[in-house]
Amino acid sequence: MAVLLLAEVNNGELALDATAKAVTAARAMGDVTVLAAGASAAAAGEAAAKIDGVAKVLVAEDASLGHRMAEPTAALIVSLAGDYSHIVAPATTDAKNVMPRVAALLDVMVISDASGVVDADTFERPIYAGNAVQTVKSLDTTKVITFRTSTFDAAGEGGSAAVETVSAAADPGLSSWVEDKVAASDRPELTSAGVVVSGGRGVGSEEDFALIEKLADKLGAAVGASRAAVDSGYAPNDWQVGQTGKVVAPELYVAVGISGAIQHLAGMKDSKIIVAINKDEEAPIFQVADFGLVADLFEAVPALTDAL
Amino acid sequence: MKVLVPVKRVIDYNVKVRVKADGSGVDLANVKMSVNPFDEIAVEEAIRLKEAGKADEIVVVSIGVKQAQETLRTALAMGADRAILVNAADDVHTDIEPLAVAKILAKVIEEEDPGLVLAGKQAIDNDMNATGQMLSALLGWSQGTFASELDIDGDKAVVTREVDGGLQTIKVNLPAVVTVDLRLNEPRYASLPNIMKAKKKPLDEKTAADYGVDTSPRLEVVKTTEPATRAAGIIVGSVDELVSKLKEAGAV
Repeated sequence: MAVLLLAEVNNGELALDATAKAVTAARAMGDVTVLAAGASAAAAGEAAAKIDGVAKVLVAEDASLGHRMAEPTAALIVSLAGDYSHIVAPATTDAKNVMPRVAALLDVMVISDASGVVDADTFERPIYAGNAVQTVKSLDTTKVITFRTSTFDAAGEGGSAAVETVSAAADPGLSSWVEDKVAASDRPELTSAGVVVSGGRGVGSEEDFALIEKLADKLGAAVGASRAAVDSGYAPNDWQVGQTGKVVAPELYVAVGISGAIQHLAGMKDSKIIVAINKDEEAPIFQVADFGLVADLFEAVPALTDAL
Repeated sequence: MKVLVPVKRVIDYNVKVRVKADGSGVDLANVKMSVNPFDEIAVEEAIRLKEAGKADEIVVVSIGVKQAQETLRTALAMGADRAILVNAADDVHTDIEPLAVAKILAKVIEEEDPGLVLAGKQAIDNDMNATGQMLSALLGWSQGTFASELDIDGDKAVVTREVDGGLQTIKVNLPAVVTVDLRLNEPRYASLPNIMKAKKKPLDEKTAADYGVDTSPRLEVVKTTEPATRAAGIIVGSVDELVSKLKEAGAV
């Protein structure tokens, strides 16, 4: 069986972590061919060729593929689909935009956010915001799947796959890119960071989120937030960790002033070590924490920042 | 312009989900059901477009069990003009897959000819995040997913999308399918007079067979289980103890 894996390519650059995690999931099902698509994608293709377990890399470069627009990207994948039993991608917002479109064009179902591979036809995926796990067996000839990256380890480097170029499909010309507003930050990217420090409603204000950011910077961590903190305007939306935000699984996750709503837990409970700091000892976050500290965050967080 | 909004009947956002002990699924009998929250945002956005003079009619469509009538009535009470219920299942535990839903919606759209479809980005039960994209593909339309801002500009829609790392703004040709994210708007509550009025608004009933769509699943559900639980940790007494525990664990 052969797997086509859509690499995560942003502005010509490979998102190595997300792509390498999807490679780990995909290897279980057959030979992995990575597709790097973009206005410029050659460098991303070269980087993908070095991922251990990649058998071949296809590079598709065309202006229409430049901003991860769904319609031309889906058309490209569909034009290549005949050679593959599985078409997969890391479950990023880009892939979630494109892959269901691919599936419908192939008249198959999509399996979104798969968190486990049972066999080549059977996959586990969280449903109800992570409150249940469903095992589904695909009856379709082609399986289209996005993989939740937080549950797979990244494949290592050391591969030397052959790189070929392929042509883009005709651009359906249905949409055009206007602009990207990417939050500029020196901190690591949230979904691939080794350490994440998140603040919740307990932080109380946008100004006081500086406490969270200081601790994060001391730990070299990414900053996250609960949905409650985002909805209260304390933190921008792209910091949101949870079922409706980003799903993370760092080595260390520090939850500050977060009560631990189910939808937040769904986004971080696969973290290796979880620390919770909350003044409410009844907060559900303590049920998933390895180390809990019942304390006023305004005293504990500066003290922790100093002590590290 | 006519706006079509698909709405799904799902377990209420505040209800604690219980997985059945035999692994056959989630218990939905005698559980409070509501409009999928993302779909409510889509209905609200359609109403705002109408209030702004950019839409003239809002048609809401639900595909599933007959009880989805209530879901449609809620959308009508918010301000939708008429509703179509497509009966596609008898058992409340049957979840019609996004591909089948998209195929039925495509047929409804052939008849209704809307200029815009506004859909929730995902349903909070199966979390599939697929119906809008699939519908757009089947229709050969453009798509704008995960919208946090929407503006209609002549024969195009300008959609600001919530993506990893920030926001992306795109322009899509109409007709289009736009799927909505949480921050697009805050849905209104239906007033009592509007709830009464909604009872008199038209609600057509159809079946999946009327549209010639086969709804048999492509994904066989093998089992449904509780998620793995984490082993209980410890409560530390002080910041210093926390730091030493983290050092012992090799975390810092």
